[in-house]
Amino acid sequence: MAKDIKQLKVSAIRNGTVIDHIPANNLFKVINILGLDHIDNQITFGTNLESKKYGSKAIVKISDKFFVDEEINRIALAAPEAKLNIIREYHVEEKKTVTVPDSFSGIVKCFNPKCITNKDAVKPKFHVISKKDVSLKCHYCEKITDQEHMVFI
Amino acid sequence: MKNKSLISINDYTREEILRVLDLAGEFEQDPSQRILEDKVIATLFFEPSTRTRLSFESAVNRLGGKIIGFSDTASSSSTKGETLKDTIKTVSNYSDMIVMRHPVDGSARYASEVSTVPVVNAGDGANQHPTQTLLDLYSIRKTQGTLNNLNLFIVGDLKYGRTVHSLLMAMAHFNATFYFISPPELSMPVEYKMYLDQRGLKYYEYTDFKEIIPEADIIYVTRVQKERFSDPIEYEKTKNAYMLNNSMLQNTRNNLKILHPLPRVNEISTDVDDNEKAYYFTQALNGVYTRQAIISLIFGLKN
Repeated sequence: MAKDIKQLKVSAIRNGTVIDHIPANNLFKVINILGLDHIDNQITFGTNLESKKYGSKAIVKISDKFFVDEEINRIALAAPEAKLNIIREYHVEEKKTVTVPDSFSGIVKCFNPKCITNKDAVKPKFHVISKKDVSLKCHYCEKITDQEHMVFI
Repeated sequence: MKNKSLISINDYTREEILRVLDLAGEFEQDPSQRILEDKVIATLFFEPSTRTRLSFESAVNRLGGKIIGFSDTASSSSTKGETLKDTIKTVSNYSDMIVMRHPVDGSARYASEVSTVPVVNAGDGANQHPTQTLLDLYSIRKTQGTLNNLNLFIVGDLKYGRTVHSLLMAMAHFNATFYFISPPELSMPVEYKMYLDQRGLKYYEYTDFKEIIPEADIIYVTRVQKERFSDPIEYEKTKNAYMLNNSMLQNTRNNLKILHPLPRVNEISTDVDDNEKAYYFTQALNGVYTRQAIISLIFGLKN
């Protein structure tokens, strides 16, 4: 039943990737992290949809786009519970979840206002020291940015 | 260690730290060796630091190397708006090694990424000052005969003091027991206590050290800076609680030594200076040997 409603709200794609269970308030962060605002593929999305887990969730469907794990894991910071469905000829070929990477660059700002990444044109880079309650150690200033103070670029 | 930048104390393993200390001991025996005669070392001090700069320059001069650089930003092109990246790229064309002090956290790691020659961090903002830590370790080992299983008292500003954070991480290799003594508003940040917890090391926190001082092997005193307090009355009240004077040293261990990264203001009374337990001036001298060791290991001139 729930599945039917979803299909009504965001129409199915033939080939591509569906990203489900994105917290509604982080939808545009996910779009930004994946650079979906700069690609030519057909994209449909729905937001503020009902979700038992979040109260409200968002879903994105990208036609003819398949992500490598490294690329898709970058959204784990904004959508840790995201579920991916890889679609071929209207059928779910594979299901995937995301995991926070061990280290990454970009995506979030270093919490330390005195850090070189907040002063000069230096791209932030982090080592993930905790994946559960996400906690990031800045590669440059070595200060910790925790979940509560995470600001997405 | 050869050709590797030294940015953070964590860049060196326990064994590499011990290698630096052993070699520093050799330089103490024979500090004037002409092994850097064909080397040019740039000392870029974007923020004044007389002590650290002179210590590095003394180390290089005693080894026969040449120094280029600047000691404040007024005489560098950064006042013309040049970026750190451009300064480092340029200077790495002129030198074989860059020693850098910079006010911005993380600037040293970034410099090491854009430089074509090794970078030695001589302090990046509130972050790291690894050569200070290595000379602290050298001083501790020299006075105690070992780095293992010591009671290390760290007093003063434990929140912002970069030297105490690096010292903590380094001494965690050697099963130290830590005693943190500070006003509550300047206590040791939770991430460093977590660091010790993860390694199963013991630490205790106090706001006063008069009662526990007989347990100390090393007392590492740092400056409580006035600008860290929002209320100047609070500062006046707290500063004296962390002042060490000679009478407090009566019932202390014979092997106790008092260390301070300097400059000192009033946190160690001058009546302590003549006590044989005061070690802070010799500690500064040890900085020359330690830096000679670091520089020659990076150049691969010693193994």
